[in-house]
This record gives sequence, C-alpha cells and structure tokens, in this order.
Amino acid sequence: MLRHSPFFQLYLARLREFIRQPARIFWVYGFPMLLAIVLGYAFQSRPPAPVEVDVVAGPARAGIEEAVAAHNARLADAGSASLGATSGVILHVHPEAEALNRLRTGRTPVVVMPEEDGGFSYRYDPTRPESAAARRAVDEVLQRAAGRVDPIATRDVLVTEPGSRYIDFLIPGLIGLNAMGGGLWGVGFFLVNMRIAKLLKCFVATPMPRRDFLGAILAARLTFLLPDLAVLLLLGVLAFHMPIRGSLALVILLDVVGALAFAGLGLLIASRASTTETVSGLMNLVMLPMWLLSGVFFSADRFPAVVQPIIQALPLTQLVGGLRLVLLEGAGLGRFEVARALAILAAWAVGTFWLALRLFKWS
Amino acid sequence: MATESAIRVKDLRKQYPGRDGPIDAVAGVDLEIRRGECFGLLGPNGAGKTTTVEILEGLNRPTSGDVEVLGLRWEQDAPAIRERIGVTLQETRFPEKETVRELLTVFRSFYGHGLTVEEAIARVSLETKANALVEQLSGGQQQRLAVAVGLIGDPDILFLDEPTTGLDPQSRRQLWDVILDLRGRGRTVLLTTHYMDEAERLCDRVAVIDHGRIIALGSPAELITRLGGEHVVEFAVGEGDSLDLSAIGGLDSVLAARAEADGYSLTVGEPHLAIPALLESLATSGRPLARLTTRHVSLEDVFVSLTGRHLREDEVVEPEAEPRGGRRGRRRRAAR
Repeated sequence: MLRHSPFFQLYLARLREFIRQPARIFWVYGFPMLLAIVLGYAFQSRPPAPVEVDVVAGPARAGIEEAVAAHNARLADAGSASLGATSGVILHVHPEAEALNRLRTGRTPVVVMPEEDGGFSYRYDPTRPESAAARRAVDEVLQRAAGRVDPIATRDVLVTEPGSRYIDFLIPGLIGLNAMGGGLWGVGFFLVNMRIAKLLKCFVATPMPRRDFLGAILAARLTFLLPDLAVLLLLGVLAFHMPIRGSLALVILLDVVGALAFAGLGLLIASRASTTETVSGLMNLVMLPMWLLSGVFFSADRFPAVVQPIIQALPLTQLVGGLRLVLLEGAGLGRFEVARALAILAAWAVGTFWLALRLFKWS
Repeated sequence: MATESAIRVKDLRKQYPGRDGPIDAVAGVDLEIRRGECFGLLGPNGAGKTTTVEILEGLNRPTSGDVEVLGLRWEQDAPAIRERIGVTLQETRFPEKETVRELLTVFRSFYGHGLTVEEAIARVSLETKANALVEQLSGGQQQRLAVAVGLIGDPDILFLDEPTTGLDPQSRRQLWDVILDLRGRGRTVLLTTHYMDEAERLCDRVAVIDHGRIIALGSPAELITRLGGEHVVEFAVGEGDSLDLSAIGGLDSVLAARAEADGYSLTVGEPHLAIPALLESLATSGRPLARLTTRHVSLEDVFVSLTGRHLREDEVVEPEAEPRGGRRGRRRRAAR
C-alpha cells in the first residue's frame, strides 16, 4: 500500500538522497560535533594560570625575586586545596627599554620598576583586564613580603560544577544552530535547487498532492533532527559530563517546534527565489544576525538593552534560551521563559508557513 | 465532436511585463490537435513554443483565450487533466542519487493508474540501467528517463518539450524510436522542437510558430508543397559585388531567390531548367561559380521562406547583431 502513497514515496526519496551523500552527513552531524569538541577543549575550565610580569633589570630586582620565590613556595606547599584567587607569579627580567617595548607590543601585561626610594612603580594599560589582574597579583605579593597583614580572615569556596561551564552553555547553542541550519538548508536551499533543476515543475505537472510533497519534506526534516539532537546531547553527557536536569521530552518538543519555525523560514526564503545567488543571499541575511545575536557562542545579554526586544524575538534566541533552561536549570513547562520560548517559536512556525504558502511559486 | 480532439486552443494570449512595455509571448494562437496524432510545434528559440505548451500543461496561466484538454478545462478539472497527461520538460535535472527504478516508483505513486515501473523502463529501453543512479546516466539516457517519467501514468497525451535538444545523433535516434513507438500505440503526442528533420520524421502535422503566432499549419509534406518548388539550389560566386536577386529570381523555373550568409539559395521547380539558366546568367555577367549544390526542400526552407530567418539563429553568421525578437518579416542579410 505504501508503494502507492505519494507522501511515503517522497519521504523515502528524501531519506535516500540524504544518506547517499556522505558530505552532507558530515556537515549535519560531524561538523557540530567537531565544533563542540574543539570549543569545549579550548574553553575548558583550567586552574588559574601563573601571572607573568616583566621586571626591569637593576640592583633592586633581587628583592622582588626573593618575594616572588617565597610566594610561589608557599603556594606549592599549600597544594591544590587552597588554589583560588591566588596564583603563582613568574618574573621575566629585561633591560628597561626592552621591557617597555614588550609592554607596548602586548607581550607582557605589566612592567615592575624598582624606584630609588625602595618602592615600586607598575606600568600597565588599565583597559586590559589581564594587566589590571597581574598588577593586583604582583602588588599583593610585594606588599605581603613587606609585612602587610589582612585585617579580617576570608575563605574561598570554589565552584566548578557541571552545568556552569562553557561547554554546558555551548551544547544547547549548537543544538539550536543545527535546527536553524537544517531548516534553512534542508528546506529552503533544497526547494530552490529543485526549482532551478525544473524538478518542482516536473512534480507539479503530475497529479501529486502538494501537501504530500511539503509534508514529506517536513517529515524528513524532523527525522534528521532526532539523530542530530541525540548526537550533541550524547557528546555533552558522555564526553563532558553535561547534566540533563529537565525533561528530555520537553527538550525534544522545543527542538521540534524550533525546527518547524526554521523550516517555515526556509520555505519562506524558497517561496520566490529562483537562483542560487538569491537564495544564498537570503540565507545569509537570515542566518548571520542569529549566529551573532542569539547567544549561541556567548550570552546575548551582553548586547545593549535597546536591541534586546529584537534579539529576544529571534527564533534562535528563544530556542537556545529555552534549551538551556530545560537542560541546565531543569526548568519545566511551568517556567514562564520556557512557555514563552515555545509560544514565540510556534508563532514563527505558523506565521512563516502561512506567508510562504501564499507566496510560493510552484512553476 | 468534442471528444475527437485531444487539445483545442482558441485565441490564446500570454503577455509578460517587459522593460519596454508588455511582451506578447503568445499572441493569438488557435490550434486543434486530434487524438492519436503526433503534432509538432516548430519554431526558433523564443518563438513562444514553450509558453504555449506550458499553458496546455497547466503550468502557466494564459492572459486570455480558451484552452480545452481532453474536453476538460484547467480552471475546473486540473486534477483530472493531470491524471491523464504526461509531461517531459526541457532539461529537467533529476536527483542524482536516485536510481532509475526508484525515481519512477516515486512518480508512479502520484497516479491512480498507469504503467508498471518495469513497463515504463522497457518503453524507453533503459532495462540495463534500471538500478543505475541518475548521475551515472548519459545525457541521452537521462532524457529517455524524462520521457519515462512522462509515460508512467500511461497518459492520453504526452507533451515533449524539445526532447532531443543537445543530444548526440545516436541518442536522438533512440529517442525518436521511443516516440514512434508511442505514436504506434495511438497516443497523442505534442512535441516542440527546433529541429526540422525531427518534425519531418515524427510528426503527422506541424504548426510553425514565430513571434507568438502560428504562421503555417499542415503535414510536413503539405507545407513543403506549399513552397511550390521541391528543390533547392545553393550556390556561391567568386569575389565581387552582390548579385542582382531580382534578375536571378526571374530565371526559368526559379520560384524564389535569397541571399544567404555564404552565398545564395534558390527554390526551384525543375532543376534541369533552372541550373542551365543560372549558369548562363553568371557567365554573361562574368562571375565564376565557386560552389553549386542541390537538395530536396525541407521544413527548414519552409521556415526560411515564411520568416526570412533560419530556425536556429546560431547557425547563421550575421555581420552585426540585431535586437532579439525584432521586427517580423524578412531580415536583410549581407552577401559578401
């Protein structure tokens, strides 16, 4: 019976076409994994790196070296247990001219210059965060060596739990990005290519029901979405011990509604475009703002408050935000932000499909 | 009787918006195609063939006019018509990673009844390629696959839009066999082409279309007879001024004379009278003959005599480019 179902036959054809193109499989499944692995390791949480500073050569530098050596020894004795805000210090001794040159060209964060009165001066650029930090660290060491005592006792409690690291932030972002790419490429680009190849016309000339045609493309899209989601989640859980705190069903629901919103966008892009150039331009127009603004690689909160309403209206922002809430914070449907994300994504899906079906040029 | 005609077209017009005002791609076409005939729509690129056919196929809407396919109308009975026609478009690129059998199975699922996939493959002699991917097929095989796609619903009318354009001679002949086989089965075939030999070989009747109008209609033999003469004499002379065409046109048994890019062409009733007269005339004016050939009149000559232009413009060396779709009628051609 399925042999005579246009929907099923078109759906099968779509699956066949996909699995017979290894390059496509790499871009859909391999590439996001690779991205997650590379970025995950690059931004891995590490113990604080030692601070490296330049010291101007001269007779007074011996005192500095002594103070730093004592500090480093104390740190080594304490072991990793007390590793917190304090880190080791490494000194590089250079003649004044060379040290200043290194500062200018950014090769050292701060230059320590012994003064004639036994004090020190720090040369650094206060707009560079690492310079300010290095200056504080070195100053602390030197002041302590000179006898400074903290008036009150403080204690560091360190938090490096799974869920708060960059990789935990990144994986939901990549899931969202994949849903976007899949919808725009898998629906938009695919349809325009069919139009260019005159295949669309060839199909339309037959008694094929058009809803079966679009339905098969959507069904195939959602079929490819699940392995996609599984691959990234498994990578996060197995390789990086990312937590899945919320309901997996809700994660899937968000991803599916998000994928439908992007499929609608893809359909809208494809509704009139009839050249590769037009569709590529439109795809970039749609994707680039979301790549940058939707908080995939860094938080969208960093953008000014004026543009926040626009950023929050973008489907990718809502998908990624919703996934993070469910995965990392264990939020449920009852949480306002999750329900809002679902509602905004559904609105995108309905709106784009409604418009695209009105504009779509079949022949 | 309405059921006798497969396609009926009355005063069909299609206008496209253009830069310098609207362009009439189809400018009032009347047509009646009988059931069981192979009908050819002939004309150069841009003549309006494809637009006309796409309107008949339901892929394009006419600006005005009346179209009836198998007694049905697109406005009311589109699904019923689609069920009973087959369409082979110009240059369709099928998905590369599908096999012949898979692709035909997909298309077969669209029709309520039709050929089996194996039958369709056999009709176009692609049995040995049934499991080959589309990307592994040659151009001719891909075109035969496109015809099989058109045949899969066992249509009453098959539309073929320039089925052999760009194919090598052997592939063209293989495709001709497919079409002749179809004609033998009593199916109606509507074919567009700009190859004259194709129309002469395959078609029962031919309509010559130019600038959106039908300028001649009849069987290939009738159209050729209408030229008057049955022979064409082509010749060239040595260097010098161009010849006086009216003088040559007045020679014994010469019906028409034309200057071509590389010489002259005469339509001739009786070559044994015309050739001696031509030789004598050239001898008296002191122009030595550089070339002389004779052949039978073809549809190409019909087209040239109707429009003053060759069907395939790319075959003509023109001294300067003229705007496309320019004025109708005879175009002056330099005779160097």
